[in-house]
Amino acid sequence: MTANAEVALPPELHPYDHLLRSADLPTIWCPGCGIGTAVGALIYGFEQAGVPKEKRVIVGGIGCSSRIVFYAKTDAYHTTHGRTIPFATGLKLCNPSLNVVAFAGDGDLFAIGGNHFIHAARRNMDILVVCINNFNYGMTGGQGGPTTPAGALSTTTPYGNPEFPFNLPNLAWATGATYVARWTTLDVRRLRNTFADVVNRHGFRFVEILTPCPVSFGKTNKIGSGVEEMEYYQALEVLKSRVESTEITKTDIELGKPIVVGTFVDRERETFRERYVRVVAKARGSKS
Amino acid sequence: MSEARSVTEPPNLILSPVWDRPRTGTQFLSGDHACAEGALYAGCRFFAGYPITPATEIAERLAERLPEVGGQYIQMEDEIASMIAILGASVTGAKSMTATSGPGFSLMMENLGLAYMMEVPTVVVDVQRGGPSTGLPTTVGQQDMMQARFGPHGDFTSISLSPQSPQEAFNLTIHAFNVAERLRTPVLLMMDEVVGHMHERVVIPPPGEIPLVARPRATVPPEEYHTYRPGPDLVPPMALAGEGYSVLFTGLTHDEDGRPVTTYAAQKVLVPRLRDKILKNRDVYERLGLYKTEDATTLVVAYGITARSARRAVDLGREKGLALGLFRPISVWPFPAEQLRSLKNVTKIVVAEINLGQVVLEVRRIAGPYAEVVHVGNPGGQVISPETILEACMSPRRAKP
Repeated sequence: MTANAEVALPPELHPYDHLLRSADLPTIWCPGCGIGTAVGALIYGFEQAGVPKEKRVIVGGIGCSSRIVFYAKTDAYHTTHGRTIPFATGLKLCNPSLNVVAFAGDGDLFAIGGNHFIHAARRNMDILVVCINNFNYGMTGGQGGPTTPAGALSTTTPYGNPEFPFNLPNLAWATGATYVARWTTLDVRRLRNTFADVVNRHGFRFVEILTPCPVSFGKTNKIGSGVEEMEYYQALEVLKSRVESTEITKTDIELGKPIVVGTFVDRERETFRERYVRVVAKARGSKS
Repeated sequence: MSEARSVTEPPNLILSPVWDRPRTGTQFLSGDHACAEGALYAGCRFFAGYPITPATEIAERLAERLPEVGGQYIQMEDEIASMIAILGASVTGAKSMTATSGPGFSLMMENLGLAYMMEVPTVVVDVQRGGPSTGLPTTVGQQDMMQARFGPHGDFTSISLSPQSPQEAFNLTIHAFNVAERLRTPVLLMMDEVVGHMHERVVIPPPGEIPLVARPRATVPPEEYHTYRPGPDLVPPMALAGEGYSVLFTGLTHDEDGRPVTTYAAQKVLVPRLRDKILKNRDVYERLGLYKTEDATTLVVAYGITARSARRAVDLGREKGLALGLFRPISVWPFPAEQLRSLKNVTKIVVAEINLGQVVLEVRRIAGPYAEVVHVGNPGGQVISPETILEACMSPRRAKP
């Protein structure tokens, strides 16, 4: 960095400072949390894909991940727990020129909001859904949820989780998503490139991001700090891009077992909007 | 893979003031269909809903009619999704609506609360049937009135309108949109099964004859704009998604910029303002029907279908020489308390409603100190007859304790 550049950009200023609500930093996220990495990657994606600033819309639900709306400087809607997707649905349908991202946690999207996820995927609604999967409810202090691995410990599964978790890419594929990827916050470059690739696309796109939650899930399950959870990912990650549909069921996450990451689904299907445009044409044509 | 799929962007369907398929003039419509036509007249171009008796006909009508006028209908997975989809629609500037009945209304409470807190204009129709729970799907009730007033958790002030006929369902739906836009708040249209299903003459005037109201919009540049800084009328001008304001809307207690501030200090500024912007703008929404009240000593208070029985009861009573009058709150919430108090001759009030006692609680609170307040009702399932109301009017006064 040259001396001049230091004058223009003080060292404490983040390169994305102008894209953040910088007066509200630092974030509430815990040391070692991976959400900030995911937020940075999404902003990178918007920039790289050339999405005009005023066209960016982020819809959050309730939980740690949804706090993105208070830091990323876009039109931002912090809605209710689990309801990011139907809010984004109404928003996108009424202003299709906007680039709408629903950004929320695993509990928000797949427990209380699970029904909305599968139906928006079925309709092929034009939204990008980003799931921060930290395997537990972080905001409320580390309870088990629909992605907590079988046998894992949490404050509400003190004897080990008796339930089996959702395999999120498998669910997204089965219900109709046109694009499905899974990365960890260790895969920063791949994550950034994924966002740059998909933010401008049409259809229901789903990106799962496995994220350290060192104060809750990591601690309870003796994975350790944020860095140690990244090391855990490094040791277990298996890259398998373009998993065949018949193999997507083999991407289940189990404690201590290999974690398959990659772009699993990339296909085309008519979107709800494309089909509705024909409804309008039919309605207007037949009633003239 | 990095090549974005090339799609010819279809024209923005909604927001464009398309009205080339008007259905004006004299029509024979059910209350549900009249409500749907009222929404179209008001400029509603987005409806999200879920089928439920006796409100389904509103969704059906709009599924057919919205695409004709360049709008969109979407059937959501449940009423929770319907309620929040219309909020997402509204933040883009679209006028949006959903319609349901009791069980669905219960599911909508969560995001109805969000609408009050985020100050998102929208219209919610509840065609009331008998409850609780699944209750009487196909027959009448007026049992959701307290839910309309107090349904979502927390403190807020509801505006609820209640039509007595298909014509009034048409007119009040337009009024509901005007009020919602003007005050940036959800407005509830509390119909009932009988008004929803009855067919009557409905006159739909040509476009423009009934004035439409638009929400206050952001006019200052983004750097001077505060998402929740209210105007003198306590309503904050609204910047829409995509206008470059980087707005921040949240259901958390927030400051004027939409930042979450979860303190008593922030709460005591925000929540009373949300109440006061409704209570101090009564002229925006208040509507009242008065019939033969000038000299009335006994007043019937009734709304929705029951008001029509009540009007007949007043006429029957007048034939017998009784000084009866009808006080019909068309805007039931907030209750028009001052107008009730201003009727100085009244010594007895009969509140007729198809429930076991809801709006009567408010009437008793207002008029209890100076008048005898009696409730006439049933637990849902049938309209209250004029004779039943008249009988209550004629029953001897309770002895003063």
